[in-house]
Amino acid sequence: MTDSPANDEREDLQNAFSRRRFLQTLGAAAAVSAAPAIANANAKTSEAEKITIPPATPLGEVKNFGPGEVDVKLKINGIVRTLRIEPRVTLLDALRDRLDMTGAKKVCDRGGCGACTIIMNGNLMYSCMLLAVECQGAEIETIEGIAPEGEFSTVSSAFAKCDALQCGFCTPGFVMTITHHLRNEKNPTMESVKQSCRGNLCRCGTYNRIFDAALLAATGGAGLPNTTEKK
Amino acid sequence: MTKKNYDREETLKLGFAGNVVEKKVKLADDQAKPWDLDTKFQYAGKHIPRFDGLAKASGRAKYSYDMNFPGMLHARIVRANIPNGKITDIDVSGAEAIPGVKATMLLKKVGDRVRFDGEGVAAVCATNLEIAEDAMRAVVVTYEKMAHAVIVDDASKDGAPIVDKGDTNKSPESVNINPREVSEDEINKRFAAADAKVEATYRTQVQTHSALETHGGVAKWDKDSSGNPTLTVWASTQGSFSVLDGLCGNLKLDRSQVEVICEYMGGGFGAKFGADQPTLVAANLAKKAGAPVKCMLNRKEEHLAGGNRPDSIHHVRAGATDGKIVVFDVTNYGTGGYTGGAGARNIMIYDMGASRKVEYAVKTNCGPATAMRAPGHPQGSFVLEQVVDELAEKLNMDPIEFRLKNDRYPMRKAQYEKAMELIDWSRRNKKGGEGALAGTGPKKRGLGVGASTWGQNGNRDGTAMAVIINADGGVEVRNGCQDIGTGTRTIIGICAAEALGCPLENMKVRLGHTRDPYGPASGGSVTAPTVTAAAKDAGHAAKLAFLDKISKKLSVDAAKLDISLGKVFVKDDPAKSWNWHDACKLLGVETVEVTKERSDNFRANFSGQVGGVQIAEVEVDTETGVVRVIKVVAVHDAGLVIDRLTFESQILGGVIQGMSFALFENRVMDRKSGKMLNNNLESYKIPGSLDMPEIVTVAFDISNGHNSAGVAGLGEPTVIPTAGAIANAIANATGVRVRSLPMTPDKVLAALAAKGGSR
Repeated sequence: MTDSPANDEREDLQNAFSRRRFLQTLGAAAAVSAAPAIANANAKTSEAEKITIPPATPLGEVKNFGPGEVDVKLKINGIVRTLRIEPRVTLLDALRDRLDMTGAKKVCDRGGCGACTIIMNGNLMYSCMLLAVECQGAEIETIEGIAPEGEFSTVSSAFAKCDALQCGFCTPGFVMTITHHLRNEKNPTMESVKQSCRGNLCRCGTYNRIFDAALLAATGGAGLPNTTEKK
Repeated sequence: MTKKNYDREETLKLGFAGNVVEKKVKLADDQAKPWDLDTKFQYAGKHIPRFDGLAKASGRAKYSYDMNFPGMLHARIVRANIPNGKITDIDVSGAEAIPGVKATMLLKKVGDRVRFDGEGVAAVCATNLEIAEDAMRAVVVTYEKMAHAVIVDDASKDGAPIVDKGDTNKSPESVNINPREVSEDEINKRFAAADAKVEATYRTQVQTHSALETHGGVAKWDKDSSGNPTLTVWASTQGSFSVLDGLCGNLKLDRSQVEVICEYMGGGFGAKFGADQPTLVAANLAKKAGAPVKCMLNRKEEHLAGGNRPDSIHHVRAGATDGKIVVFDVTNYGTGGYTGGAGARNIMIYDMGASRKVEYAVKTNCGPATAMRAPGHPQGSFVLEQVVDELAEKLNMDPIEFRLKNDRYPMRKAQYEKAMELIDWSRRNKKGGEGALAGTGPKKRGLGVGASTWGQNGNRDGTAMAVIINADGGVEVRNGCQDIGTGTRTIIGICAAEALGCPLENMKVRLGHTRDPYGPASGGSVTAPTVTAAAKDAGHAAKLAFLDKISKKLSVDAAKLDISLGKVFVKDDPAKSWNWHDACKLLGVETVEVTKERSDNFRANFSGQVGGVQIAEVEVDTETGVVRVIKVVAVHDAGLVIDRLTFESQILGGVIQGMSFALFENRVMDRKSGKMLNNNLESYKIPGSLDMPEIVTVAFDISNGHNSAGVAGLGEPTVIPTAGAIANAIANATGVRVRSLPMTPDKVLAALAAKGGSR
């Protein structure tokens, strides 16, 4: 019985179990777990890299969440897309399987590797840890949206220039993480870069070149070649 | 077919600065001179960004996992949830009743044995992944359970449960004695008489490949113009043509009916050869359901059934006298899962005097081992490098001085010198745990070394390249092999452009379509030395064909023309020249298309092996047992360096994976339930950004003369010596040896405690 909450807390808990409150809590809980997880034994959060927990996602117009398919409106890279999917579909599966936006990769499907990293309302998130229904009303940014068609973002170009990739399967996730870091950190350093991508795993073993690419991109990528697509 | 005349002879300058030899090779009339130390390169050897870097870094590269088609179905595999037993019933009716489920298939039948938790039993496909998962859960399989054994110690005991067939889990012992005339008695005598002796047991763990793109593929059936079925499969594979063969065999199709495509693949590390179960499931269910099917494993399945590196237990006796190793006697066994096969390789980098190796494998109720980057070598090297270090220690010799006394290979000597300079080897503690580097605080630093070798120079084996030159100046090279992330696409392009003389920016390379000419499966570090020579040969053939075609329009004898630095010119009047684009325009409506088979390897060459030396600096917290790698210097050669950037990335990857093997990775099996406990990526540890040391990679140039490009394989040797180097650095920092991988804090603390406390 030592694990039971105190009586006053228990009352709060019962109040909390309305359907709506449950979903709001789910939103917050999912957001917490979707924030970059600490993948390393040695990880520590620096002052500059404190994880901000976004507020519960607004639920918009949707009244019912299944069972069965529901209409889900997602604003991705500035464009609203409507999907008819079950509420259990993750944002990652919505992107990859329904919208053919396959830049975000499915690797662990449980918030352990960062290959599916996207930016939502300015926060770095694991799209495998979000349900698509709870992302309605949010500004979702995927790797497909960080550069106009036929062009490449400074970060992507820096990755290519530094050979900050081998098989490339973790790369879009790292590119999103570094993009987010450089937007939010005015004075990026080797240490801040390492801290920023502690929630992304690379298997081929190319981290050190990712750090180099991030620092190159931070300089504005002056002199970066290959900024237009070679068809 | 006219028989080729090999009367032409060329002299090659081979080796490296300070160690150059001249060798003569015989060449065919139409063969260009092989690349050697005298070759002046326009591109090769520079830092060149990989051709597909931007496609990958922008998320636009389409991997097999990313292929989507209208009406495509998603498949899931039903897997055994017990480690050992017999199937008494499989009922798929519940799955088939679910709306959206389109087809099911059995992978096992009633009465079949399952031999590990996670073995495939049936498969289902449905209109989306969520329904497919429902269907997977609705398949009811019942078993007659049998006792299991999931670790070597349990499976090798007398009376242990039988894992698969037969009456024992142990394979017969193999005994190898080298040199052959040495008797077992002599081995024992040599050990007894040695000045310095090591007798110890070493353990290495089971490691899973954990490629980020899981196994599997997408299958799509169509009909050709005569109405015959055709099959296209996008596979995540290291062997596009071996997948092709597997599909043809499984589905009774001929090669003309099947194409395998793998333009991009998310890592394999040895586990992705042949048509694997999910790929065959995709093809079979697609046929049954009449729609394209995607079947990719999830992360848990990948750990359970996607392959692994076997563990090893080594019992070693070794001795040295007068600074020379005189005997190395090892018994090694381990488990490759239910299929057995668990060899470890204690590569004979060093002259061992006399050696005896006794080896056997023990079957366990675990997923089958597959080849993993330098199969057998990292585990063998972890043992060998520590043994060699301990012998040096006992002889009061510097470990590198001792190694050089027992290593005849000239290149490694030069590599040791380079590495020692880059890490400042003079800082090394003269005695383990004592010295300025170790310091007096609880965090102690030390340096350790490991050496590597490999010997892969590629094969002819029917590898060919197609080169197409268009009137717009564009050049395309095509080969059906795959780029597993090593940069194969890029080094093919560089070699072809170098041989042809066209500007590199005009070069495109199409890989991973099996309707293009044959290329090798990426195993044994065979790809680079095979395809670079092929690309050079084909680039040269394309040049001859191109010059022949345009010579008529220029009214100049083709033999008088040459191409270099993006210009076509008259050899005896170089002022008379045409830039690449103008020359290509002369083709008009024509194209030049050449398919050329790779030339044979040469017998005259510099060295049969490649070298490699790594030195690690570590910091051991003697209070917590945590080991941090501070810096690694890695010097590797692999013949001619084609792209220095991707060459260095290969070394970087080898070091990081080697460090991961040394400190983090470990498949944990629960003996009671027979299940893998850490079948994910958060508790199956691979290092992250904060674990990264400074890594200095040195691409050590050499001209080896083995093939027309002079290129050797690099992928595997880079991963071999890291764990041994780190183990030796830990010993140098602390004065204690950790003889079990991964070298986690508990083991470090236990070793310190055995020695008498943390300081």
